[in-house]
Amino acid sequence: MTRHALPDDGPFIRPFLVTAGRTRPVQPTLRVDALISTLPAAASARLAFEAKRVADLCRSPKSVAEVATAIDVPLGVARVLIADLVAAGLVACGPAPELDLPALERIRELVHAL
Amino acid sequence: MRSDRGPASVKIVIGGGFGVGKTTLIGAISEIEPLATDAVMTQASLGVDDSAGLPDKTTTTVAFDFGRVTLDPWLVLYLFGTPGQERFSFLWDDLSEGALGAVVLADTRRIEDCFPALDYFESRGTPLVLAVNRFDDGTRFDLGEVREALDLTDDVPIVSCDARSRASVKQVLGAVVEVAIGQRARAI
Ligand SMILES: Nc1nc2c(ncn2[C@@H]2O[C@H](COP(=O)(O)OP(=O)(O)O)[C@@H](O)[C@H]2O)c(=O)[nH]1
Ligand SMILES: [Mg+2]
Repeated sequence: MTRHALPDDGPFIRPFLVTAGRTRPVQPTLRVDALISTLPAAASARLAFEAKRVADLCRSPKSVAEVATAIDVPLGVARVLIADLVAAGLVACGPAPELDLPALERIRELVHAL
Repeated sequence: MRSDRGPASVKIVIGGGFGVGKTTLIGAISEIEPLATDAVMTQASLGVDDSAGLPDKTTTTVAFDFGRVTLDPWLVLYLFGTPGQERFSFLWDDLSEGALGAVVLADTRRIEDCFPALDYFESRGTPLVLAVNRFDDGTRFDLGEVREALDLTDDVPIVSCDARSRASVKQVLGAVVEVAIGQRARAI
């Protein structure tokens, strides 16, 4: 019964052609809210169509979820494309801010000011 | 919050049963109107034929809402709505990873619909606010009674909200940050 060892709804990422058949990013999973920004090196890089779309899009930083929506692919596919661009040094993945007390207090101020 | 690597992002997750107002709440404050999808594998039938050697699985696409609120040039707040069904709970894990906090929306006419989301965020220790969405069908409710019905601990505030109102949503989000601050301050 080993195949029942996992919860029945495990994550599944459809192996799309655009990801060259790979179903798992080489990097640890990117958070859905991680901000992706295109680096200057991307301007001169030869990129496949989908990767180029991501690089163009993230000239102003976008979250992984926004990238997925904009290029109309499932989250898992966007993650693979982005992870490849990160590995190639063409885009940067923004940091997860440390949610310490001063950071949270600042966020509270900013939310109140909305 | 400024960083050499560009702007940073934080997120708050919105949970609750189907039709409780998650999409409405996110739309009331978001700068964008997107719906994202993920492809997931689900069990096609309950009667798995063991002799076949392979579980009968099928790929399903599940959609989730998200919203973007630019707090300042260096910090973006994202809101993610978790799909109502518990069978998508792995997506809840994905969406909740590293979240600042969570809002669980409840409708007093079917309060039990919020149980799965409530249990989920409570068990993860996510800073949490229960927001009772006001649907204008004249139903009156007492927040104390809601607390009792849900057996909520005192560290989970209950607020009343109108998911259609930006000002109301802003208050709910502020309450979540407040809970996160309280948790963090106690941890020091
Ligand atoms: N009167 C009232 N209607 C609401 C409120 N929030 C949502 N609705 C309505 O309730 C329905 C379901 O809301 P929706 O946001 O789609 O719920 P979801 O399934 O949780 O995303 C929609 O028709 C909304 O217009 C509210 O605060 N007051
Ligand atoms: Mg919805």
